[in-house]
Amino acid sequence: MLQVKNLSFSVGPARKRSIILNNLSLNIKPGEFVVITGPNGSGKSTLAKLIMGLEKATDGQIIFNHQNITDMGITERARLGIAFAFQQPPHFKGVTVKDLLQISATGHETFLEDSETDYKKLIETVGLDESYLEREVNNTLSGGELKRIEIASAIARNAQLTVFDEPEAGIDIWSFEKLVQIFKKFRDKAPERALIVISHQQRLIKQADRIIVLRDGQIALQGHPDKILPELQEGQA
Amino acid sequence: MKTLDQIEKELMSTVAGISEPPAGAYNFRVNGKSISRQSSTNINVEPQENGLIITVKANTKDEVVHIPVIISKTGHKEVVINDFFIGDNADVTIVAGCGIYNCGPSDAIHDGVHTFHIGKNAKVRYIEKHYGAGPGAGKILNPTSKFYLEKNAYAEVELEQIRGVDSTNRITEAELKDGAKILIREKMLTQGKQHAKSHIETILQGKDTVADIVSRSVATDESRQEFTLHIEGDNLCRGHSECDAILQDHGSVIATPSLDAKHVDAQLIHEAAIGKIAGDQLNKLMTLGLTSQQAESQIINGFLK
Repeated sequence: MLQVKNLSFSVGPARKRSIILNNLSLNIKPGEFVVITGPNGSGKSTLAKLIMGLEKATDGQIIFNHQNITDMGITERARLGIAFAFQQPPHFKGVTVKDLLQISATGHETFLEDSETDYKKLIETVGLDESYLEREVNNTLSGGELKRIEIASAIARNAQLTVFDEPEAGIDIWSFEKLVQIFKKFRDKAPERALIVISHQQRLIKQADRIIVLRDGQIALQGHPDKILPELQEGQA
Repeated sequence: MKTLDQIEKELMSTVAGISEPPAGAYNFRVNGKSISRQSSTNINVEPQENGLIITVKANTKDEVVHIPVIISKTGHKEVVINDFFIGDNADVTIVAGCGIYNCGPSDAIHDGVHTFHIGKNAKVRYIEKHYGAGPGAGKILNPTSKFYLEKNAYAEVELEQIRGVDSTNRITEAELKDGAKILIREKMLTQGKQHAKSHIETILQGKDTVADIVSRSVATDESRQEFTLHIEGDNLCRGHSECDAILQDHGSVIATPSLDAKHVDAQLIHEAAIGKIAGDQLNKLMTLGLTSQQAESQIINGFLK
């Protein structure tokens, strides 16, 4: 489904170039649940942003469903079937939670049928009650509430590939178990759907089909959680 | 009654949500003349020099009075003075608003002065929309609204400049007695070389008074907006004012808040934020499949909703 080929990303002036991703390649199969982890600054979030088109690669290619999307913009990638949940979602004054979910669910095949029940169910899925649907996505929401709404808006896309950038960050009291359940349920509804989750949280990591560990902009380790988790715990990564 | 032409009907619909006389009390003013007027059992609409006196009986509930103004004649200039007397315990909605269509060489100008005397425990929702259209000279609107709220009165004020107004100088003033509360929601969009000025001044005279003022605006092209928001707290009271503006192209906005706390128990707050649409907002909506233009328009429409 997704092929990342020799992807590089660097920032800064030519003399003091800082390499964030260095010739990285990976494949994601349909239906796969991949967690990308690694220390701060290893390039995890940058990789996620490059897949969505929020950053432009310095070198390399991104292929999605046999189509080269490297030079495509965010909108085109979204319309092709890639969704993204931001680590730090923005506020929108005057835009309600329901507005945001409606935009998410518009213009593509979705499990939402634009009925009140669907939106109610979706917002309840992320641990918020239906009163939130009429609230503005503004700074009266806590960081945790905003994050849950962000997750709901990504789910509403019903995309073939959804990338979650540190979904657990700012979730506060809400249990990680709930988050894990959401990902499980999301996949169960459409088993061909692929998920990439950028995470540090072990409870999330161990649910993955495959863990990819990044270090210094390259893949240091990858494999099934049973193999990778002990190595991570021993600090071998 | 003079029949409204298509343009006048559209203006009426844009500023007042109606194009035919409504069931309740109303006055339709077109090019300086009242073309149709009606009172209801509880709301009396009578003419005075250059305007109207509108009297709402005490205890009137859930009634609406429409007083839209239409100008479709180039060069027409008017000053309209309307006085409102809202009886104790009444609960009414007043729909005002002015639409100008100017296709000629001279400016069309509407200056309106509305004064509201809101009785004890009365509740008023006041909606005022302004709109300009047509390829001609200036569409100019200068509204002044004064609200005098008696004990425990409540006013909800919605002021909206939809688009197409070349110049405006808006003055909104309020004085509140014990327990009274006012909510002011102002929205403004300017384009081209339009200029808008808005001054909102609230005096919280009484004990337990509340003022909540939110002004949201979008300045595009080379337009210019100026806001001055002032709250004076003379007693135990709460005042909040917020001025948010989005800039596009070469639009500019100056917001000058002022708070004058004259009592130790006055709690006054002001917030202001001016800037272009944030990149992360655009990116978020683009990840949902909108183009950057669609995302911009979604953000602006939501902001001014």
